[in-house]
Amino acid sequence: MPDELAIRARGVTRVYKAKPQPVTALGGVDLDVRPGEYFGLLGPNGAGKTTLIKILTTLLLPSAGTAHVAGFDVVTETAKIRRVINMVSGGEQSGYGLLTTREQLWMFSQFYGLPQREGWRRVDELIEITGLVEQRDQKVRTLSTGQRQKLNFARGLLNDPWVLFLDEPTLGLDVAAARELRDHTLSWKAAAPGRTLLLTTHYMVEAEQLCDRIAIVDRGRILALGTPEQLRRSVQAESIFRIELDQLPQNGGIAAIASLPGVLSAVHADEDGDGAGSDRVALKVALEDDSALTSVITAVAARGSQLVGLAKSEPSLEDVFVELVGRGFGDEDGVESAS
Amino acid sequence: MTRFGAVATNARDAAEWSTGRVVRTNLRAIFGRAYPRIIGLTREPSWVFFEIVLPFLAVSAFVFVYRALEAPEEYIGFVVLGGAVTAFWLNVVWMMAAQFYWEKDQGNLELYFTAPMHLMSILAGMAIGGLVLTSSRALAVIGIGSLVYGVTYDVQEPFALAGVFLLTMIPLYGMGMLFASLFLLWGREAYHLAELLQEPIYFLGGVNFPLQAISAVAGVVIATLPLAVGLDAMRQLAFSSSPVEGVLPVQTEAIILAAMGVLFLVGARLALRYLEELARREGRLTLRWQ
Repeated sequence: MPDELAIRARGVTRVYKAKPQPVTALGGVDLDVRPGEYFGLLGPNGAGKTTLIKILTTLLLPSAGTAHVAGFDVVTETAKIRRVINMVSGGEQSGYGLLTTREQLWMFSQFYGLPQREGWRRVDELIEITGLVEQRDQKVRTLSTGQRQKLNFARGLLNDPWVLFLDEPTLGLDVAAARELRDHTLSWKAAAPGRTLLLTTHYMVEAEQLCDRIAIVDRGRILALGTPEQLRRSVQAESIFRIELDQLPQNGGIAAIASLPGVLSAVHADEDGDGAGSDRVALKVALEDDSALTSVITAVAARGSQLVGLAKSEPSLEDVFVELVGRGFGDEDGVESAS
Repeated sequence: MTRFGAVATNARDAAEWSTGRVVRTNLRAIFGRAYPRIIGLTREPSWVFFEIVLPFLAVSAFVFVYRALEAPEEYIGFVVLGGAVTAFWLNVVWMMAAQFYWEKDQGNLELYFTAPMHLMSILAGMAIGGLVLTSSRALAVIGIGSLVYGVTYDVQEPFALAGVFLLTMIPLYGMGMLFASLFLLWGREAYHLAELLQEPIYFLGGVNFPLQAISAVAGVVIATLPLAVGLDAMRQLAFSSSPVEGVLPVQTEAIILAAMGVLFLVGARLALRYLEELARREGRLTLRWQ
């Protein structure tokens, strides 16, 4: 039984009718998301992220495959799913401009059946949490984009959802507003244990900051899935450090470092066009794992060099994406219009 | 309890609702959706000009024509009453039938779909809110029109009049609920569809003249348009001593209205079910960018 999972998808496929030929937005997605997990779908426009969210939120039927949310089938048990989920999309303009922030949230609370007093209490609580106190009696149509998205986020938490879907929630927000929204999301994680988040984004930082696990999606398929660390490891197994010294090690120099146990290679960082400056020496050392670093530092000191800088060089999620897909996020040839 | 709300035991338990909770949620959803329309009365005072002054001018034009032609004085009352009922028709066309289209554009429709209430509750909320909003406008038109043009009413059965009014509103708004789904299914330009319906119904509904004037088609019109049936019955009850007879007896028209009410509400329910199925299957009716 799939009921122990917050989200379970098996072979989920979605094909849209289109001319001159049908567009496959999702091509057989398998996904397990555990209760309490914050899960990210990372991919460019047209990757199929939104289509998957629409299927999981009961807005779309899969063309093939099965999907369950909180153990309920997205095709046949929509009513039960709708009682435990909520959804917030980026750039959302929902609601009615003539209502105030407080009224708008209260109106939506009624759609989730919150009793009058409980509804108003919840609205005021969320207004405070999302920092909209000054805008509480302001008409919605006068809110800024950032304030509007905070309002949408508050709306998404009205029913205290067990599974919250955030579809590109920071789309179009400035840096500060996006950061604030991410902070609210993390606060929710801490305050409401057991709740699950499915986030779609094409912002690496967002996925990395918010998500326990990430699936990299492109052209309707999951290309890789794991924790941010696992994903990075998948394209760079070794640990690479940049070590800056006041002078070259004596007694064997760099070759001596390279021959230490657990060291895969040691070269001048300058050889990568990445020098440390005229009065320092920079080495690029590849290790089997981080534990070999201690012996390297000890060996360097024993050969009369002083450590003046140390940095671990890690691939970014974008590096992972490029490695997997063969192109960057800005090079997509997406089909978002169909997804 | 947390700052974000009560912590339930698990999602599966949270999804099990009693019938009472389902009913209460839908009732609250009706009230919630009616709220923006009711509150709109106080938020946008410009409606006084658009919804009272302009309709009053339209009514005035017909009043002057009838007076110039020395038509029976009851005709003036007919026009004033027709002007008031017109407000309901406009509300049905623009704020019911076209509403799902606007809701889709705003992104509300997909939120309605994913909320745990029935979409009929949203339509009912729109209808009740629209009814409250428009009643105030209609009453204003009747009050001002009657005062300025000295209309004398002869109401011998006030409860019957109130009953016929309510019986008219049910199929009228039921028709709006039905059209809300159909407009979304038929095409993307709700604006044009609404305009397409507006003028023919003014004519066929007999809002500015007694339906007997087009007696050849009056029977057909009565059989299909709640606005026409209701207005004819209300005119008979509001001007009891008028020599101008109705197309059908009031009792018969009340039965027709009741039947239409059931028909349109059932039709709205079926259309909504079809809309939801189609939306989920094709994915182009709820997603705002498609």
